[in-house]
Amino acid sequence: MSGTSLVTARERALAVLGGEPDDATLGRYLHGFAGVDAVGLEQRAAGLGTRSIKTSSKKRALDLIISLIDLTTLEGADTPGKVRSLVAKAVNPDPSDATTPRVAAVCVYGDLVPYAIEALGGAHGDPDDGLISVAAVATAFPSGRSSLEIKLADTAEAVAAGADEIDMVIDRSAFLAGRYGLVFDQIAAVKEACRRPDGTSASLKVILETGELVTYDNMRRASWLSILAGGDFIKTSTGKVQPAATLPVTLLMLEVVRDWHLMTGQRIGVKPAGGIRASKDAIKYLVTVAETAGEEWLQPHLFRFGASSLLNDVLLQRQKMTTGHYSGADYVTID
Amino acid sequence: MSRLAVPKTYKLYIGGAFPRSESGRTYEVLKADGGFLANAAKASRKDARDAVVAARGAVGGWGGATPYNRGQVLYRIAELLEGRRAQFVAEIEEAEGVSRAVASAQVDESIDRWVWYAGWADKFAQVAGNANPVAGPYFNISVPEPTGVVAIIAPQDTSLLGFVSAVAPALVAGNSVVVVASERFPLSAISLAEVLATSDVPKGVVNVLTGSPAEIAPWLASHSDVNAIDLVGAGDLDWISLEIAAADTLKRVLRPESGPDAAAPALGRISAFTETKTVWHTKSLR
Repeated sequence: MSGTSLVTARERALAVLGGEPDDATLGRYLHGFAGVDAVGLEQRAAGLGTRSIKTSSKKRALDLIISLIDLTTLEGADTPGKVRSLVAKAVNPDPSDATTPRVAAVCVYGDLVPYAIEALGGAHGDPDDGLISVAAVATAFPSGRSSLEIKLADTAEAVAAGADEIDMVIDRSAFLAGRYGLVFDQIAAVKEACRRPDGTSASLKVILETGELVTYDNMRRASWLSILAGGDFIKTSTGKVQPAATLPVTLLMLEVVRDWHLMTGQRIGVKPAGGIRASKDAIKYLVTVAETAGEEWLQPHLFRFGASSLLNDVLLQRQKMTTGHYSGADYVTID
Repeated sequence: MSRLAVPKTYKLYIGGAFPRSESGRTYEVLKADGGFLANAAKASRKDARDAVVAARGAVGGWGGATPYNRGQVLYRIAELLEGRRAQFVAEIEEAEGVSRAVASAQVDESIDRWVWYAGWADKFAQVAGNANPVAGPYFNISVPEPTGVVAIIAPQDTSLLGFVSAVAPALVAGNSVVVVASERFPLSAISLAEVLATSDVPKGVVNVLTGSPAEIAPWLASHSDVNAIDLVGAGDLDWISLEIAAADTLKRVLRPESGPDAAAPALGRISAFTETKTVWHTKSLR
């Protein structure tokens, strides 16, 4: 799926804001919301986590989780060989069971995109067609501490190399200092850098790094800001900062996405990333998505899990359901 | 005025913590005369699964510790058992309905057996291992290594002695264990777990489940992440089916034993849960 067109995004933002997206206008708008009811939010998230999902529903949930995973490796030690083994796992998650679905995408650093594409070969494409996309982190991931020129060059390079999706980080320093206009302009500029020569555009995921924003109010403001500036997805975290994705934060972001959809008719995606390791937890996220944004969000263009070890846990659960006895780590590939 | 009784609820021991059963179930443990003794947790298959996860996580640290260190840690448990002997004697008296002298004898023998196995920790590799003669300028050395996670169905007819006799040898080689305690006499096993929790044994090395062995054992026998199963106390179960299930994942299996000599101290109980690793090394490079 190509991203929303930039012109529409900016026009829409102007219409919503009622003025130019500068610090003052954005500040007025983003601080105009009533405070987030933190206790209520956490209670709602805990309540959604108590649903019991069994047997055939659980089997379907496990398959859905796999098809929503961005299988990720973001280490300084990543090598072309590591990326190839990651891709092999993405294409064929469980060699002992051919009915296992493929993951939605692999997520790597920008310089490793060519290796991922080469390794994917014919399996590279849109998750809607049963193929696998390539996502690249860009804009001085994970800290976001560099000049705009470098961030744009970083993005353009990954797009030119063939990345289908760009995971950018927002400038938390500017955001926390109240310079919302600057954050807006940077996201809009990166969105522009996602354009390809043929007019299509790589999908843009905006990482809020909620662990560094501290308050739920800040997280909600950052979500609105990212959507206003043209992000196609809002993503919780880089995975490098604790706390990373939590259920209440994801619920909060889903509420923003739902409100935006009611307001404009546009559907924005959500990607919790970091710290989701157990199938049981992932199922709680599915419940939260379905109950908040709606079941139509349970598809790869509107919801993703950023994860690496989650996949193995899901495969173990899947094997348990297929064979009837508990499986072990020796029966899934290491990654 | 009489005091209100405060009966103890005996919980499970998984990963160094004392959780209730995930299922929320308990069962009544009765005295020999049929009176109420205590409530114990009735573990479910999910408790067994959690225990295996905890045990798997502990294999690296415990199996990787030096044999000398393991011996010290195991010996320390014997010291702690000695300090709590009055509690164990009283529990056995009540549960089994035996005299103080008989209960004391069982505790004494349990502690002695624990010390005996602790002593083997840094010695059994010399006996079970070997320097093999080969036709070349090489050392060829076989050494026993821990097999991994060992599931144990503890002897069902004693409180403490059977439990100790099955658990101690599996620990000596560096395995971590998931033990299903005696269904009728589970209290001493949990009291021993309380000793382990305050000793130097890393969490997850010993995990104790109470409840129905008939219900839990099949899940452990078929679990792919369990490397061996000691069926010593499974004589009354359908242990042949358990052995068949264990064979599906190539587990090492010890068969049921019964009578007063069940699980008697033997080097074979230690080496049963080891894998022999053989390495070659050049003798000299002149």
